[in-house]
Amino acid sequence: MTALPSLARVPNGGTTPLGDVPRLKIDAFREAIAGGIPGGRLVSLFGMPERHDRLRLIAVLAPPGERALAVTSTEVEERYPALTVLLPQAHLFEREIAEQWGVRPEGHPWLKPVRYHRSYRPGRDAWNRRESDPLIPGFTDFFEVAGEEVHEVGVGPVHAGVIEPGHFRFQCHGERVIHLEIALGYQHRGVERSLEGGPDKRTIHRIETIAGDTAVGHALAHSQLIEALSGTEVPPRGQAIRSVALELERLANHAGDLGALSGDVGYLPAASFCGRLRGDLLNLTLLACGSRMGLGWVRPGGIGFGIDFEPETQRRISYSLPLAISDLERSFGLMRANSTVRARFEETGALPRVTCEELGIVGVAARASGLERDVRRDLPLGRYVEAPIACATWSSGDVFARARVRWEECAISSAHILETLRSLPRGVSRREPGPLEPSSFAVSLVEGWRGEICHTAVTDERGRFRRYKIVDPSFHNWMGLAMAMRDQPISDFPLCNKSFNLSYSGHDL
Amino acid sequence: MLRALVERIRQGHRTLPFPPPEDALPEGFRGRPALNPAACKDGCRACADACPTDAIRTEPALTLDLGRCLFCNECVKACPTGAIRFTSDYRMAATRREDLVVGTGKTRLAQPMDEAGRRLFARSLKLRQVSAGGSAGCELEAAALGNVVFDSGRFGIQFVASPRHADGLLVTGPVTTNMTTALEKTYDAIPSPKIVIAAGAAAISGGPFAGNPEVRDGADKVLPVDLYIPGHPPHPLTILDGVMRLLGRLRRD
Repeated sequence: MTALPSLARVPNGGTTPLGDVPRLKIDAFREAIAGGIPGGRLVSLFGMPERHDRLRLIAVLAPPGERALAVTSTEVEERYPALTVLLPQAHLFEREIAEQWGVRPEGHPWLKPVRYHRSYRPGRDAWNRRESDPLIPGFTDFFEVAGEEVHEVGVGPVHAGVIEPGHFRFQCHGERVIHLEIALGYQHRGVERSLEGGPDKRTIHRIETIAGDTAVGHALAHSQLIEALSGTEVPPRGQAIRSVALELERLANHAGDLGALSGDVGYLPAASFCGRLRGDLLNLTLLACGSRMGLGWVRPGGIGFGIDFEPETQRRISYSLPLAISDLERSFGLMRANSTVRARFEETGALPRVTCEELGIVGVAARASGLERDVRRDLPLGRYVEAPIACATWSSGDVFARARVRWEECAISSAHILETLRSLPRGVSRREPGPLEPSSFAVSLVEGWRGEICHTAVTDERGRFRRYKIVDPSFHNWMGLAMAMRDQPISDFPLCNKSFNLSYSGHDL
Repeated sequence: MLRALVERIRQGHRTLPFPPPEDALPEGFRGRPALNPAACKDGCRACADACPTDAIRTEPALTLDLGRCLFCNECVKACPTGAIRFTSDYRMAATRREDLVVGTGKTRLAQPMDEAGRRLFARSLKLRQVSAGGSAGCELEAAALGNVVFDSGRFGIQFVASPRHADGLLVTGPVTTNMTTALEKTYDAIPSPKIVIAAGAAAISGGPFAGNPEVRDGADKVLPVDLYIPGHPPHPLTILDGVMRLLGRLRRD
């Protein structure tokens, strides 16, 4: 037995010298991840090239009940025994590693490409495809169900609405969906690779465009990472305003989702009201920072230069927000009072709690299945340390639960914003970050409106990004949607999809 | 039913007139930039150096390319003499790519399409939207045209589910390699004559991802574009203004 710990503890928004991240043998690594932390959840798992053509795998776990993350690593060559067989929530991470670095996790139950791009290490391909072979997104061996009256439905990449592209392949028996397989990658823009060698003047803009509806969430995760690596302490005023930004983003998106859910079941009054309210909430963000999507509001060190709450802005938000929330409450009340809406929402797309635990589902979807899982509560940073957030949950795991949790979170976010504005600290709102610590590892988690956002970075000996890993909550949750569709009528897919409302670009990066 | 009606009456009429009143957008909104090169110091390149997407040229004269601009304000912060500022003017769309380059001369907003096109589309324009690497920012602002506030349907401008029912295509995103085929096929499926609109900095120039090998740096590298709508993302009013101008439904100014 080795005396060294197999897992290093790093706080959220914390950093550690890369040399202090344990470097285990593959067997010990698998054991540490699959059994090292009972009930532990895999937050991130990624590859980073090392010397001599080796690949380092770094894993970040969330130990339950602890206010820190656990980090460990191993080195692999061409192949290694897959973690997924021990820990199902590793399934997509391992597919990603195989695609990016041409390493094969042996025994992976469905090792397929994730984003349909060439391996980052030329000449190494997990599927032995040649450079000259065309890469066609969505071209893979889909699961097929055979039998009489079994049929297949393919949808996308281009969908009927004004939404992002992705391909859905249903195996159906009549109306009933036996299995749904989701093939994405159409939105792949090469975000992670374009961040290497940074930070530079483009970095934050790429971060804010990972998922355009989560600009604040991703900018905050990135900022916390830079602050950790540069040892920058954000002034309390900056922390407070950033939490207002994050909660306003949550409010606008949740309001929009409630409206979209209502529209999907043909209940137009609430759809119209919520559509308007979403805009009103975006306009509060516009008022504060000049952009409806919150672009430019959050920056490393605090908030964007020249953006600070004028007393007038503060007053207008404090005045308008309760009005919007009151209208939202009435709109959600209309939905709940309508028997057709209830009949369509209840028992549709139910995701059992145990499935959420196995797949590592995060955010609204996890909480709607009764899991108390919220970064703001479990690993709080900044304003959330002093102003704890209540965790809204519901037990049924269906579309209704995901709608209800959204409404409750709106009420909680609104109260948080109003309280924060009442007690807004004085003083400066930003501090310029210095250079980044070289040869270090840092991790930062934010509870975005969809769920847990994780940014991890490893710096080189000059303090530049050697590897930057992004995990959008959608990365964890797309599989949840697929599971929720099992045994459902295929006509309920749009409603189920809307109730998760996952990001394609956040997944495809 | 009664409850819904009562609530409808209580919430009232929320549709914004178009063109909107002067105060529709708050002062901090970053719309069309205004340049004052007279304030520039000799040889100063602070704004161009600060710009994340190389949208600014200082030689031979100070210009800003709206097709690349992320409206991030970095140039304003960097400028020691206040030669650049963002106004709250939401009107920015242009029919020619070169008209997106703002200098000191008169701006040329989107021009109406020809008589035959106007006769076909001016009172009813159905668009198919394709996100080709878009982050959902531009998509959400385009979708917002359908809500009760912007209500583009009152002008006959609507998004439809099938390209077969469409008169044109509204493209968002930098056009990823992985979406190129789907985008081309959607375009081909739209009956001619048809128009193409590129909405947002990414769809015009690649935006923050310009130069990445995974993207094509904008819709006009793949399709003939009839209307460019700047923004990151464009405000719904900017989109509506551009389309209305293209249809010849706004007075020229």
